[in-house]
Amino acid sequence: MTVALAARPRLRPFTEEAVFVARSLRHSLRDVEGLVMAVALPVMLMLMFTFVFGGAMDPSGHYVDYVVPGIILTCAGFGASSTAVSVNTDMTRGIIDRFRTMPIRAGASLTGHIVASLARNLVATVVVLLVGLAVGFRPSAALPDWLLALALVTGYILAITALFATIGLAAASPGAASGYGFVLLFLPYLSSAFVPIDTMPAWLQPVAEHLPVTPIIDAIRALLLGMPLDGWDVLWSSVWCAGIVLVAAVWGAWLFRRKAGRR
Amino acid sequence: MNEMIRLRGVRKSFRGVRVLEGLDLDVAAGSVFALLGPNGAGKTTTISIIATLTRPDAGEARVAGFDVVAEPQEVRRRISLTGQSAAVDELLTGEENLRMLARLSGLGAGAGRRRTAELIERFDLADAARRRVATYSGGMRRRLDLALSLVFPAPVIILDEPTTGLDPRSRNELWAAIRELAADGTTVLLTTQYLEEADQLADRIALLHQGSLVAEGTPAALKARHGADATLDDVFLALTADDESADLALTEGGRR
Repeated sequence: MTVALAARPRLRPFTEEAVFVARSLRHSLRDVEGLVMAVALPVMLMLMFTFVFGGAMDPSGHYVDYVVPGIILTCAGFGASSTAVSVNTDMTRGIIDRFRTMPIRAGASLTGHIVASLARNLVATVVVLLVGLAVGFRPSAALPDWLLALALVTGYILAITALFATIGLAAASPGAASGYGFVLLFLPYLSSAFVPIDTMPAWLQPVAEHLPVTPIIDAIRALLLGMPLDGWDVLWSSVWCAGIVLVAAVWGAWLFRRKAGRR
Repeated sequence: MNEMIRLRGVRKSFRGVRVLEGLDLDVAAGSVFALLGPNGAGKTTTISIIATLTRPDAGEARVAGFDVVAEPQEVRRRISLTGQSAAVDELLTGEENLRMLARLSGLGAGAGRRRTAELIERFDLADAARRRVATYSGGMRRRLDLALSLVFPAPVIILDEPTTGLDPRSRNELWAAIRELAADGTTVLLTTQYLEEADQLADRIALLHQGSLVAEGTPAALKARHGADATLDDVFLALTADDESADLALTEGGRR
């Protein structure tokens, strides 16, 4: 034996997280189509809802004020959906086996994808706000209102990203992951994002009322437009987001172990 | 014998299908050991158990004395796996893949850079190092995959059918790399369907058939057991023939 072969050294705390977050951010920057979508989609939705539908929804021209929170959440859904494909690609293309046979927390690769999604979607949120301001959105929020609204948006992005990551773990292939994820993209339409809930059929109103998107939208709208804030909306939003993240984490951890052990 | 890998009575079934039926295996430290067998013999399952990816249903597997089920992290600190599907990140460049593995292996920034440069040079990836892996050919991807496994010089390297799909030149380079590893004292466990590969590289060969070990020994000993002129092909075909093909071989022999 010419070289003494030692065991791998133990890593410093959070090395995995740092490495995997950097990896996923790099992936996001390289995914040119995804980036173009992340910027183009908010612009297109904003323009469509303001100039195409806006006149019919609210002839007085203030629909832009109403619709900005809904478009922020809709774009967050689209921006987070690629997480399902990224996670599934890791799980099905062999690289997870490399990570799992190293003395590292392989699950940190999921953290990487989730943090990258958060970063992408916060950028998309800024784009929505800028386009909104350009086409007549006039928020009247003070700094604390902005911060609370940002916290709610962040919570929603984390919750929906966690769901997409779990779908990525559950699906058999990247294509299937993308397909299942599609359902989540329709959530914002079943809420007060684009039309007031009382314009919906009576049987649909309680559904839209109790899905997580409505309280988040209502709270953000109240905060940005300086309307009276309903404390229950903030509470429900927080409970929904925390609950979804928790369920996704438990379910995801189970899937991660099961998937990995099967091969 | 100083055993680096030791399996006793390892059993594994997948959905009721028995894949391993009580496998015993001893791999000496510093040796090159080939698991040889036809498709479906249980080679990959054996490797997955040793590499802590799959739990055995029964029996015991140890690497460097550590139990793969009870102490997987200690096992993982000592192994490096190159699986059948190239475990590379397609969206990163070859260089970025190597740097990522260096950080995950606990190398500092400077040491990581040096090691990356060394491996790029050694595996002939200089032209491609700054290109995304998605643009690589199959052979380049395989070379990068092996380079990634060698970022940290683990005491045990496990290779699952490392030369499947490689052209002869790449295969020879890979063989040279494996011999270098062995010369440095690395324990190498590889699976292969190719008799020549086992004959060329391995100190010992275990022949796996339908989840059981049907022969084990040095290439020379295996050949000698089947007559003076026997090749490994003869040994392989004689031991892995199921009843039907054995019958067929007899009748064909009879006609001649």
